[in-house]
Amino acid sequence: MLYREAGQFKASYQEDSQIFPIRQDRVGFIALLAFFFLIVPMVASQYWLQAILTPVLIFSLAALGLNILTGYAGQLSLGSAAFMAVGAFATYNFMLRIDGMPFLMAILLGGLSAAAVGILFGLPSLRIKGFYLAVATLAAQFFIVWVLVKFPWFSNYSSSGVITAQEINILGYAFNTPESKYLLTLLVVTVLALAAKNMVRSTTGRKWMAVRDMDVAAEVIGIRLMRTKLQAFAVSSFYCGVAGALYAYTYLGTVEPEGFNLTLSFQILFMIIIGGVGSILGSFLGAAFIVLLPVFLNIVLHSFVGAALPPGFGSNLELMIFGGLIIFFLIVEPHGMARLWQIGKEKLRLWPFPH
Amino acid sequence: MTFFFEVLIGGLLSGVLYALVALGFVLIFKASGVFNFAQGAMVFFAALTFVGFTEVLPGWTGMEPGSGGVFWLSFALALMSMVVLGIATEKVVLRPLVNQPPITLFMATIGLTFFIEGLVQAIWGNTARGLSLGISDEPVMWMLDEFDMMISKFDLIAAGIALVLFVVLALLFQYTRVGRALRAVADDHQAALSVGIPLKHIWAIVWGVAGFVALIAGLIWGARNGVQFALTFTALKALPVLILGGFTSVPGAIIGGLIIGASEKLAEIYLGPFVGGGIESWFPYILAMLFLLVRPEGLFGEKHIDRV
Repeated sequence: MLYREAGQFKASYQEDSQIFPIRQDRVGFIALLAFFFLIVPMVASQYWLQAILTPVLIFSLAALGLNILTGYAGQLSLGSAAFMAVGAFATYNFMLRIDGMPFLMAILLGGLSAAAVGILFGLPSLRIKGFYLAVATLAAQFFIVWVLVKFPWFSNYSSSGVITAQEINILGYAFNTPESKYLLTLLVVTVLALAAKNMVRSTTGRKWMAVRDMDVAAEVIGIRLMRTKLQAFAVSSFYCGVAGALYAYTYLGTVEPEGFNLTLSFQILFMIIIGGVGSILGSFLGAAFIVLLPVFLNIVLHSFVGAALPPGFGSNLELMIFGGLIIFFLIVEPHGMARLWQIGKEKLRLWPFPH
Repeated sequence: MTFFFEVLIGGLLSGVLYALVALGFVLIFKASGVFNFAQGAMVFFAALTFVGFTEVLPGWTGMEPGSGGVFWLSFALALMSMVVLGIATEKVVLRPLVNQPPITLFMATIGLTFFIEGLVQAIWGNTARGLSLGISDEPVMWMLDEFDMMISKFDLIAAGIALVLFVVLALLFQYTRVGRALRAVADDHQAALSVGIPLKHIWAIVWGVAGFVALIAGLIWGARNGVQFALTFTALKALPVLILGGFTSVPGAIIGGLIIGASEKLAEIYLGPFVGGGIESWFPYILAMLFLLVRPEGLFGEKHIDRV
């Protein structure tokens, strides 16, 4: 009753092809942005901002990157954490080695460095597909982390390989409170997510999807495979790189190369499976789910069972629940939570009189 | 030169063990077209279950700890657990996903990996354990005297066990009724079904055999490096082996294993010092990747033809 497009007439092509064609969606989206930009920083506690909302946003960005590559272009990657590492360490070095480097510029350059590395490791995708490619991206995962560990130049010769992020300073304003860091992250993520949404609606995204659905057929109708695949690798790695930089600068503060390990890559993969493969919204839902689940489990376990459990039981239970959920989602709803949301919207359009 | 051979033989022996893990992948991939990422977790599950039983059995049955009875009973129980796990996986995870794209199945087995890792540690605890097969890890004296080479007795015996296993499996595949049915299913599901081969039983058997291979691999790897979470990473080392050998070839898994094992050790010794060492962690992957650029289907894999 409330959510339907009856009476909203499109008079031009431009109106017909906007991001949110339905007015209710537009209003809802703006309200959502207003909520997260204005209300949340005022009401949320420091813990929520720092330990939950900021990482959710950062992981959403990384999941978005992987989703572009895996969900839209169909190239399975198990090395997203490595591209995050490239972004984080490149940003660190740009900040460190170039005097007066603006932070946003450094993040941009960090993302571009990750994109360059992504293109390099995307080259095999022209020859190999499927599982084979997944294994090739594992090469990226191990190789990049090894390079960052073995060449101390990248971590500015710190003895443990740990880098400490410099203070973020934009136009004289220091971002050192959780609120400001959260807002900065939110801003970057919003801009990049809108860009991604537009990319996948445009020619670029349609080419990716054509390649995903059948690359030989895509080639036959005149899509240049090499360009399209490498573009997907570059854009995806850029997103992961920026996420990595934010991970170091606005979330953790100190990172080491081993932090960007295979487990993190798998976690990002899980986010897109649970959230929805091939969906922008899904990246956010999946990231929120994966970050919140351990927190939620912890609370539940502590309040119901108490300390009677053997040590490590919680983390094992977490592994089992993660694994079980992955399988559950793949069997029951292969398109993830985003698909559930979509089904809900379809239902809402007919409510309360479904035919 | 002696040193070179020492490294080479050491590498080949560890390659046999990689091949052992890769074999589990190949068996399942051949029969059901599933790329079972959980093979590494199954190795860990098998080893930890075995060790767990050797710890609790003396208390339950009053048998002497460390005796042969405990060993074989634990072995049997662990094998049974593996078969149950395999069949349950087939029924609960893979059956509902029939006809899904292979990449979906692959992701499901990643989920399965996490589930198995959590499950087995929830049952037996998180602590790392030792595992003794009663074979000492000392150099073979004869080799030391004759050629001045240090070759571990343990590695040699482990490789011997693996080779026996390969031969037994090859014979099973080649000369028995079940083996013939397995090959038929691997070749073409539909055709196998139409001549009356029970697909469900065959899949159950394959998962059981893969569980058995995982148990052997788990025992050997566990005795070598201790039974701990890191055991699951052996599966990752088996991936480049698979790529080299091709996903569908048992001899390919063995030869791929030997190549990866030997080349990574040689690279570590002869190339490592130039770049700071530790290249073992990524060298096999890069090698496999470069190899793929030349021959995308692996050494013995089936040639893939793209059709629209």
